[in-house]
Amino acid sequence: MHKYPEKPRKVYYYGTCLVDMMYPEAGMAGIRLLQQEGVKVIFPAGQTCCGQPAYNSGFPDEARAVARKQIELFPESNPIVVPSGSCAGMMRHHYPKLFADDPNIDYIKKFSERIFELSEFLVHVLNIKLQDRGDPIKVTWHSSCHALREMGIIEDSKSLIRQLKNVDLIELQHETDCCGFGGTFAVKQPAISAAMVKDKTDDIRQTGAARLITGDCGCLLNISGAMQHDNIRIGGQHLAEFIWERINDQPSTA
Amino acid sequence: MSEGSRHRIFSRLHAATRQSPESVLQPPAMPIKTYSQKEKIERLKTLMEAMRTEVHLSSAKNWANTVKDILKKREVKSLLYAPRTAVGETLAHHWGNDAGDLPHLIPYEIEIEQLKEKVFTVEAGITSTEGAIAETGALILWPTEKEPRLMSIVPPLHIAVLQADKIHNSLSEVIQKENWPTKMPTNVVLVSGPSKTADIEMTLAFGVHGPKELIVLILED
Amino acid sequence: MTSHQPLDFEKNVSRALNDTQLIKNIKSAMATLVSKRKTIFADETETEQLRILGSALKKKALSNLPQLLEQLEEKCTQNGIQVHWAETTAEANQQVLDIMKSHGATRLVKGKSMVSEEMELNAFLQKHGIEALETDLGEFIIQLNHETPAHIIVPAIHKNKVQISKIFHDNIPDEPYTEDVAELTAIARKTLRQKFYQADVGLSGVNFAVAETGTLCLVENEGNGRLCTTVPGVHIALMGLEKVVEKLEDVPPLLRLLIGSATGQLITTYVNMITSARREGEKDGPKEVHLIILDNGRSKIYADPRRRQTLQCIRCGTCLSHCPVYNRIGGHAYGYIYPGPIGKILNPQIEGLRAAGVLASASSLCNACEEVCPVKIQIPDLIRRIRNESYSKDPTCTIEGHGYKRNPVEVLTWKAWQIINTHPLLNAAGLKILSVLGMKLPKIGPLKDWTRYRTTPELANKSLHELVKQHGVDHE
Repeated sequence: MHKYPEKPRKVYYYGTCLVDMMYPEAGMAGIRLLQQEGVKVIFPAGQTCCGQPAYNSGFPDEARAVARKQIELFPESNPIVVPSGSCAGMMRHHYPKLFADDPNIDYIKKFSERIFELSEFLVHVLNIKLQDRGDPIKVTWHSSCHALREMGIIEDSKSLIRQLKNVDLIELQHETDCCGFGGTFAVKQPAISAAMVKDKTDDIRQTGAARLITGDCGCLLNISGAMQHDNIRIGGQHLAEFIWERINDQPSTA
Repeated sequence: MSEGSRHRIFSRLHAATRQSPESVLQPPAMPIKTYSQKEKIERLKTLMEAMRTEVHLSSAKNWANTVKDILKKREVKSLLYAPRTAVGETLAHHWGNDAGDLPHLIPYEIEIEQLKEKVFTVEAGITSTEGAIAETGALILWPTEKEPRLMSIVPPLHIAVLQADKIHNSLSEVIQKENWPTKMPTNVVLVSGPSKTADIEMTLAFGVHGPKELIVLILED
Repeated sequence: MTSHQPLDFEKNVSRALNDTQLIKNIKSAMATLVSKRKTIFADETETEQLRILGSALKKKALSNLPQLLEQLEEKCTQNGIQVHWAETTAEANQQVLDIMKSHGATRLVKGKSMVSEEMELNAFLQKHGIEALETDLGEFIIQLNHETPAHIIVPAIHKNKVQISKIFHDNIPDEPYTEDVAELTAIARKTLRQKFYQADVGLSGVNFAVAETGTLCLVENEGNGRLCTTVPGVHIALMGLEKVVEKLEDVPPLLRLLIGSATGQLITTYVNMITSARREGEKDGPKEVHLIILDNGRSKIYADPRRRQTLQCIRCGTCLSHCPVYNRIGGHAYGYIYPGPIGKILNPQIEGLRAAGVLASASSLCNACEEVCPVKIQIPDLIRRIRNESYSKDPTCTIEGHGYKRNPVEVLTWKAWQIINTHPLLNAAGLKILSVLGMKLPKIGPLKDWTRYRTTPELANKSLHELVKQHGVDHE
């Protein structure tokens, strides 16, 4: 699907706004995983948001202004690793559309080609090998729609979990169903969104998993929030944080 | 009224193509899957049977006898046929010897307006075919002034006679090979089985409006 | 334009979500359609090749739309098919009426036609004393129940067997109550057989109209389409102007895509190709064939090069089947004749944003529709476009009613969002403030809707920016 580069010396890291605000430990875990593989990680300080919320809500001018600022922060040709299928999808697939009429479109297309979601980068570029030091646990995996359809990385993410020998990955019965987050969709059509997340949490419960793992914080926020609201005692955790815990045998903080 | 509308519609369409002309490259056509003669027959039979068609392998010499057996077993009382087609002629010829418990032959030789009640009450209809398509499992019906359209859709039982050497690989192939664009008839119909529906709770049911039964005789020589 | 009640989408959604039987019926049926489609398109490489071809064929036809329509008209006319042009649905209705009146006809049998639903033809004809009877089993069922179709391909899918049995029993005299599908089907066959026999005029839709030969292609499983287009002395075919394709050889791949996507079959029971009325010497078939080509806003969609792809739609209905929103609210909630993802982009463009723009909000942009669309329409991009035009008063907007949703709150919110996210220091400061306020944010507006079903999101004590600095990660 995507052409992968040789293992680079350096990468840029794009944390994403949700990770920055609510799941910074997941963001750090991603950075540590990359550093552990001998890659120098550069985190441009001025990064904020990829622009997706405005883009999806019908405010492309505002999205463009913000997106442009992000693009300017990554001037060198290093790959840009993003711990979110949703934001990675935005930057890789939608920036070329957002800037279709821009005089700098060629530069922007090249920028987009440097975007990689964390799982696919760990698997295809770094060929990471994981040693599980944690106790046995049953988990299930939820893929964001963008990770599934735009980035096509669901198998990459699951393969990382499968490397952890004490982790039992039970697949969701309706693995490809949307969790109902959709950014502003959750608040523009709250009743429909609620029906969707309810089906997702039912599906999660059916697996018997102790924890839900996902690579996208929008979904995580949505699903965890719904599970907590309904007193479902299943933790939700970002993939990077989960992996880091397992290979370092840290107690769970989920 | 239609003229004014036509003018306005085309004005908008022409203006749009002038303003935003698009040149679209057409990707190559899908490759045509080819089957051997044996595979063609096998595939056609399998696909049609899966759609609840009754398929008999026969020959030019025997098919009329097979038809007689089929109709006698079902106690069919009347059969609509086209006397001036090769199928119709052969059929009539075979009826001569064996009137008794065979269905009454009704020729479809006059306009429907004069024959409507008969066509709507006849128990079976028998037609030739122009060929068939192996890829999708369908007959090609090519009604003519000798073999009218309603024969294959109104009676609850439709019997179709197909020559095995007229089975084509695909619809794309037959359109190309037989140069259909130069000779489109009033009506061409592809038929892949008896009438069916899944409109009620996605449950398959047969014989909704078209024939409840389709019987195909494939003549291997 | 429809003679429509204003759409109260919120009420429709609420009603649908609370109708557990409806949702059960819909989910079950859609799961079947999704599974069947997957099976028939099991070879992913071949399927992708086919979709690319289908998309290109439709795009190419659209790029030459006026020329192809002219060619279609010429060929049809040569073959004796009378071509009519209708700018509006009102005109199209009148044309149907005029044709019927010219024959003193009062009985019409109809094959499935979404365009006829768009026209609200049945109600119009009924006002003029004409019985317009649906013959497709699903359409027949909902007509008996005075409803509109709930799905493009399977109109009665929102009803289960028991509900249908009751509809039959309540509306068809002299037939015993039964829940057996074969028996219900037999009742429909018997009832409608009489109608085919007696009808003066038959009406159908058109799946593909071939410009090269002037041929109308129709697909169906039941046989009612063939009966409607062959038994009565007059056949009226209705089509949207986007249904024309260039060549006969374009039809096979499009058929494969349409049929595989719609019903998960390799081919329907019947594929019907009609090129003329009854010719000299022929014994049956209609003596008169009319083709009514409807615009109803399509030429305006066509005029915008980025919205034009909306017209690639071949009405397979698979986007509905795969849509998580459709699966939870069913077809009627959308309020217009085209539900699901195609409805979200088509209805606002035809009816205007004020009337139907709200439908574009009913999407999580999950991309399930785009992933399966046989002609590769970028539905989510068009949803974004409609959302954008809903708020924008910019003169480059081209959809009627654009800017109708524009309000100071949302405009200022996104402007503020833009300012914060283009000023990293402001962003950091804002986050710090929020993380302090955190749990004490008033539950109003979006937060109120969120917290009805989920716990309040918690901001971290330290942002990733802060952790990164703390852990000495390089900034450049």
